[in-house]
Formats: sequence, C-alpha cells, structure tokens
Amino acid sequence: MVHAAKASHIGGCLSMADILAVLYTRILRIDPAEPQSPGRDRFVLSKGHATAIMYATLAECGFFSLDELGTYCRDGSIFTGHVSHAVPGVEVSTGSLGHGLPIAIGMALAARSRSAGSRVFCLLSDGECDEGSNWEGILFAPHHKLSNLCVIVDFNKIQSFGSVAEVLNLDPFAAKWKAFGWHVEEIDGHDVVALERVLGAVPAPSGRPTVVIAHTVKGKGVSFMENKLEWHYRSPSDELLAQALAEVGA
Amino acid sequence: MRTTFIESLSQAASENPDIWLLCGDLGYSVLEPFAAKFPDRFINVGVAEQNMAGMAAGIALSGKTVFIYSIGNFPTLRCLEQLRNDVCYHGADVKVVAVGAGYAYGSQGYTHHALEDAGIMSMLPGIEVFVPCDPMEVRAATQLIAASGKPSYLRLSRQGEPNLGAAVSDLRKPRTLREGRDVIILASGPIASRALEAAGELALRGREVGVVSVSCLKPLDESAIRAVMRDASLIVTLEEHILRGGLFSLVASAFAGDARRPPIAGIGIPEQGGKTSIAGSREALLDAAGLSVPAIVARIEQSLAKR
Repeated sequence: MVHAAKASHIGGCLSMADILAVLYTRILRIDPAEPQSPGRDRFVLSKGHATAIMYATLAECGFFSLDELGTYCRDGSIFTGHVSHAVPGVEVSTGSLGHGLPIAIGMALAARSRSAGSRVFCLLSDGECDEGSNWEGILFAPHHKLSNLCVIVDFNKIQSFGSVAEVLNLDPFAAKWKAFGWHVEEIDGHDVVALERVLGAVPAPSGRPTVVIAHTVKGKGVSFMENKLEWHYRSPSDELLAQALAEVGA
Repeated sequence: MRTTFIESLSQAASENPDIWLLCGDLGYSVLEPFAAKFPDRFINVGVAEQNMAGMAAGIALSGKTVFIYSIGNFPTLRCLEQLRNDVCYHGADVKVVAVGAGYAYGSQGYTHHALEDAGIMSMLPGIEVFVPCDPMEVRAATQLIAASGKPSYLRLSRQGEPNLGAAVSDLRKPRTLREGRDVIILASGPIASRALEAAGELALRGREVGVVSVSCLKPLDESAIRAVMRDASLIVTLEEHILRGGLFSLVASAFAGDARRPPIAGIGIPEQGGKTSIAGSREALLDAAGLSVPAIVARIEQSLAKR
C-alpha cells in the first residue's frame, strides 16, 4: 500500500503491527458484520499517521475487502493517509496528535454508564506523549477509576525529527504513569504472548486504568528500516519493496 | 442568562436521560442545581479544556448529548482543534456553552473578554451558532440545541439581562424587538438593548428605526432576513464582537451579491491587537469601544447622511 501510493509512515506501522494483530485477533469484542454494535469494545488509534497497517488489519478482519486497499491515498478514496472514520471499523479520525486519549476517555465513561462491560483501547505513539492534552487525560482517568480503559504506547524510541531521548526525553516513563495512578505493564511489544496476557487482563482488578508500555522497534522486521528515522517519511522503491517482503515472509 | 440556561438544561435533562454536562472547573453558584439533580451526568473535568472537548466527543459518539461549559475563550479557543476535528468533523452531538460574551467580564481583562469567539466558532464545519439577546432567547436556544443532534455553540452573557421583546416563536428566525421600516438595526446578543435605546433616540429625531434580534448566526436564515430588510433604506448590524467573522461579516457576505439592497453598516468592537485592555465595567468598556448609545446614534446618522 505504502509503496503503491508512494506514502510515508511505514516505520511506525511496522512497530505496532504485532499490537494490532493481537488486539484484533484475540482481544477486541467486535463484529465486522455489525461494526456499530453499541456494546462493542472500542479501539482508538491516536497515532493516526500509522494508517496503512490499520486499514490492512481491518481488511484482514473482514470489515471490507482486501481489494479496496488498492485505493489507499488515491484520488476519491475513503482510505486517507491519516486514519478516517469513513472506513468501516474505524471509530474515530485522528492525525493531529494528542486527540485520541481524551476521546477514548469519553467512550470509557459512556461505556461505564451503560454498564455494558465494554472496554476501550487507545494506541499512542511515544512522540505523541509530548502533547499536553494527553497529560490532561492521564491525570483524569485514574481519578475517575476508568478501569475499562487501556492505553498502549508504541514506544519505538524515534519520533518525527529525532530520537525521543534527544527531542524530549520521556524517561522515567513507567514511573510517570505510576505516579499518575495507572496500572502499568511494561513489555516487549513484539512478544505476542505477553501482549495477549496484559491486554486480556483489562480491566485491571485494582480498578485503575491500564497502560501498556510496549517497547518496539520502528520498522520492525525489515532490516534496512529498523530503527531508522528516515522510514517515518520514505516510501520503498521496487527493489526495496521486494527485499522487505522477502524479509517479513509475505 | 446563566441561571436561565441551567434551569432550561435541567428541564431538558429531566426529560432526556442522555444529556450530560461537563465543566472546566467553572460554574460556581450556577451549575450546582444540575450537579445535585443529575450527579451521574455531571463531571467537573478540572482545568483541562482540551481533555474536556475530546472527552465530550467520545461520550457523544457513544450516543449521548454532551454540553461543555466554561468562560468565553476557554471552551472555544483553548480547545479549538478538538472542536474542529473531534466534534465537528465527526458530527458529534456536543454543545459548547460559553459565558462572558463580549465585555461581560468587564474589569477582568482581555483574557476573559470573548471578542472573536462567535466568528471563529462560525467557521467550524457543521456547527450551529446561537447568540441570544435575552433570557427568553436563552431558554429557546437551550431547548433547541438540546434536541438538535448537531454540534452547537451557545454564547451567553452573564446575569441580570432583561427580556427585550415578546415571546420567541422560532429562534432560527429574526425576532422583531421594535417595529420600524426605514432603518433596521440587526443586533445579536444583549447589546440589542442599546439598539433599542438608540432607536428610541432616533425616533425622537423623526427617524423610523426597527430593531431585530438575530440570535441564530449559523445557519443564517437569509430569506427571512432579506424579508426584514426589504423596505429599509439602511441596514445596521450591532454586535459585542469584532466585525470580522461576526454578525456583520455573516450578513454582509450573505447579501453582498444582491443587486438591489440597502447599504449595510457594521458597528462592533474595534480590534485591539497589541494593546492590553483597560479595566472597567461592561458598560464602560462598551462606551470606550464606541458602542455607547450616543455613539451608535451618531454612526447611524452618518450612514444615513451618505445615502
């Protein structure tokens, strides 16, 4: 998709691929035949630029056909370069960072008022944690004991114009969330067994909202993309696409 | 206005269990009746407007009708992108309610003066914008937006404003506060009371001046306003807002293309970029901004002389 559309953001797509795979195959209670079912779990992709992997996941789950992915970023397509709720299965459009968590908090509050038992998962990027709006929400959710809310941080350590450590250091990251009152899980974000264990444990028995700090690798699975800032922007050539597909076994 | 709003909202919430109210740690001595009656549907989110607006969208996208409440610029400009992206582009059923329209917060200074809000909110896609002039219009506006299912902005002044006319029949249409056909003053918000005073002064000088409240800025009912304007020789807009983006801009752009229409003169608050505001009551600040009744009368006389 990214190659065909000459689009960007493949690095941040690959870092969260395992997280989406576990969410959509093992965790989320959703029905592609009834995507608006009121009692469904919600997934809010706050790092809305990582949209190719989101659309591909929804197609694999049957929300629409794989053929439709060919229109990604093409004239007239609903499959825009930042995630769009015009696409079946997408809860909200994002793209400006720092918006998803407050929306997810609202959904978690509404779900709790319905006693529906539905859970809300929200995926943030690490660079996005620079946004003050997130910290407003991070303060709010434990105060209101939103145990049905789970934030996942795709902590690939590279943001738009440098490493997280260089641009605006988040460390000690887990300690910050703990101090704000969250139930914190820190795992290898490519360990699907660990992902299923921590995501499946939501809501936490402590009554706190959960954050999963998922240590990931930007560009995971493709040797020349791994941990390379440039793959936030570049689109692979024909040769590099062939090599990448061979490496991930597609 | 604040009291009328919360009474009307409480009434609506008693009939509709899906109405929620969020506030940004403001509303002392105003919101308590709602909070006491509907504790499960009231949240003081803290001093965190971006979170409040995004959260409101999330609750609304789960099937609720959500009001968010704060002072002037805080639930509007501070969280503008959340209102644009999360509320308006999703068509979420969120109502932004701001108190302190124009100079209502007087001596508190420019941080608390809402002078650009109605124009900025009017630019957002799919939102409806209401600037009521008196408690009767506040009641009608609250009832209307509670049931509209659309993103809305409700701009309130503060307290103690008098009713300025007869009962409101349809808030979306212009409401005549004073009959008169030669000059028509279109006013939005409580500044309409000064329009009425100015019209009285002009009547003493032999002018026939009507005053019409336009509380629904968006969508502007162009055909109804065109009917009001039809026989006038001068249209004046009066607003407690800068001219750019507000009532004058909306009216002028709506009728710019009409081949036969009266001239349209805009009276509003001059832009004050780079200057800090002075202290003073609302009335004193309006006077200083050129919106005293004598100044309004003089502006209208000048415009009439140019005909």
